[in-house]
Amino acid sequence: MTQTPTDTPNHRAIGFFENLPHAKSLGMVIEKMVDGHAVMHMPWRDALVGDPETGVIHGGAVSALMDTCCGAAAMCHPGATGGTATLGLRIDYMRAATPGQTIRVEATCYHITRSVAFVRAVALDDDRDRPVATATGTFTVEGG
Amino acid sequence: MAPKKRPEPVQVVKQRRDEALAALVAGVPYISYLGVTFDRRGDELTAVMPFDEKLIGNPILPALHGGATAAFLEVTAIIGLSWAILWPRIEAEGAPDVAPSLTRLPKTIDFTVDYLRSGLPRDAYARAQISRLGRRYASVHVEAWQDNRERAFAQATGHFLMPRNDG
Repeated sequence: MTQTPTDTPNHRAIGFFENLPHAKSLGMVIEKMVDGHAVMHMPWRDALVGDPETGVIHGGAVSALMDTCCGAAAMCHPGATGGTATLGLRIDYMRAATPGQTIRVEATCYHITRSVAFVRAVALDDDRDRPVATATGTFTVEGG
Repeated sequence: MAPKKRPEPVQVVKQRRDEALAALVAGVPYISYLGVTFDRRGDELTAVMPFDEKLIGNPILPALHGGATAAFLEVTAIIGLSWAILWPRIEAEGAPDVAPSLTRLPKTIDFTVDYLRSGLPRDAYARAQISRLGRRYASVHVEAWQDNRERAFAQATGHFLMPRNDG
């Protein structure tokens, strides 16, 4: 985990994202948010299960983590000028996340213009060699 | 030819359909977490996500979290698809109860969400339209709106892997 000084803009941004009511309710934790890269995780729990037979986490919960992490990556890019909102987000589900394991998302804002931030992300569980899902998203650049 | 049977009493029909739907929805913990319920009119479902603080993304605006919106759309698509394959079984003559355990859920292959405007801090509704329902794959389009049905605040399209009935 990256330790961030408590009085930097970066730390304030982390605080902002972690305190979004929906992110907080789902138990999202931000590990890193710097220079267009964001890493977040969300521990497995019963309420997030989508398939009661297998205990596999619902795609929607993974989407929420992907969306938050991608938005955070867009907002912490050096070219970002303010807030951001999701325009579009596509998620490909490669396999079911292993029940009981924390989901971790790594997002990168790989291009930004005055109007749009382009982000891609990968979701992993304990088996880091086999991604659970990947995402690509476009975000607004506000104040641009 | 067997004589035509009298139609079942309306309460019996309604109860059977509502119980099957309730069993399908109650089986998914994440749907309860989101607070999503389904209104049924015949075979048509409308998903309802009542507003709740925990669905808020940006507390300053305030607006629904994009993730909550995406999840709402995906839940609507999955239940819509499951309902479509469940319906003929519920309606089949002599079909007693449809055990929810027999209802294996479709798996999402990909899901693309289009955010059209910010979700307001109030109830949201969604309907799924099945574009193609094959034996293995299905394609679904979902639209979500709030005050005005003609002004969707988000829409999505996804592909799903259908459960195999033979196990």
